[in-house]
Amino acid sequence: MNTEWPLWEIFIRGQHGMSHRHVGSLHAPDAEMAIKNARDVYTRRNEGVSIWVVEANNISASSPSDKGPLYEPSESKVYRHPTFFDIPEEVGAM
Amino acid sequence: MTRDEAFQQFLLRMGDNTLILGHRVSEWCGHAPVLEEDIALANTALDLIGQTQMWLGLAGEMGGGKTADDLAFLRDVWDFRNVLLVEVANGDFGRTLMRQFLFDAWHSIMLGRLLTSSDDRVAAIAAKASKEVAYHLERSAETVVGLGDGTEESHTRMQAALDYLWPYVGEMFVSDDIDAQIAAAGIAPNPADLRDEYDALVKRVLAKATLTLPESRFAHKGGRDGRMHTEHLGHLLSQMQWLQRAYPGASW
Repeated sequence: MNTEWPLWEIFIRGQHGMSHRHVGSLHAPDAEMAIKNARDVYTRRNEGVSIWVVEANNISASSPSDKGPLYEPSESKVYRHPTFFDIPEEVGAM
Repeated sequence: MTRDEAFQQFLLRMGDNTLILGHRVSEWCGHAPVLEEDIALANTALDLIGQTQMWLGLAGEMGGGKTADDLAFLRDVWDFRNVLLVEVANGDFGRTLMRQFLFDAWHSIMLGRLLTSSDDRVAAIAAKASKEVAYHLERSAETVVGLGDGTEESHTRMQAALDYLWPYVGEMFVSDDIDAQIAAAGIAPNPADLRDEYDALVKRVLAKATLTLPESRFAHKGGRDGRMHTEHLGHLLSQMQWLQRAYPGASW
C-alpha cells in the first residue's frame, strides 16, 4: 500500500489582474489540505491573493522526446510574431 | 488589587499563554513528520511569538518600562501566568495538534470577545491576532478530524491525546477575582462565560473526528494564578532563557 500523500502542483496569483503562476509542488492528503499547505509554504511573504492546487497525476504533459515535431516547425516562421506592426505608445505594455 | 494591577495580570495571562505555546510549537522545527507540517507549525509558532510581543510589550509598559524581552527572559517559573495546557510536553505529533486545537478553540472565542474590549489597545491586538488564530483553528481542527477519523493507529493516538489533555482544559474557564475585576471594567469577558460556546465547538469537531469526549470535568489548575505550574515549565524555561541567564544583558 502506498502510504505517501499525493503530490500537488501549486499555482498562485500574485495580484488581481495577473494570471496564476506555477510556483512549485507539495504533498497533502487532499485538496483542502493542499491549499492550506500551499498557504503556509508559498505565501508566507505575502506573495499571493489566490491559490489553485491540482493533483500532479491529473496533469498531462508533453513528452520531451517529441520536441522536434512539436516545436521545431515554428522556429522558421517569424511572420507569426506580431513584431511587424508599429504599436501606438498609448497602448502601453503588451 | 488596583485596576491597573489586575489589567497587568490579564495581559501576562494572555502573553504567557502565547509565549509558552509558541515556544513549545517551535520545538517541532526541523522535526515534524513532513516538510509541509514543519513549515506550518513554524508559522504558527511565529504567529504566537508575535502576539506575545504585543501582549507582553503592553504588560511591560504598564509595569514600569519593562520590555517584552525582559518579561520573557528574566522571570522564573512562579512569575508565569499561562494555563498548564500550553506548557505540557509536546508528546507525539497527534498530541501536539490536539493541544493546539483545544487551545485554538478557546483562543479564537476569547479574541472574538476582545475585539470589543473597552481598552483600545487590547481591541487592536485582538484585531490583529484573531485573523491569525482563525487560521490556526481551521488547520488544527482539520488535522484533528483527519487523524481522529484516520487509521486505527492515528485514531488510538488521538483518543489517548484527548484523554491526556482534557483535564487541562477546565483551567481556561476558571474565573477568579482578577477576571471579575477585568470583566467589570469591560476589558475582557469572564472566562467562565466562554465555556458553552467552547463546548459546542469542541464537541462538533470531535464528533467529526470520531473521538469520545471524556466525561470527567476534573481540571488541573495553578498556572494562570501562578500557584503551581507543572514540572515541565522549568525545563522549558531553562531551554528558552539559558542565553540571558548565562550572559546577562547579551544582545546582538
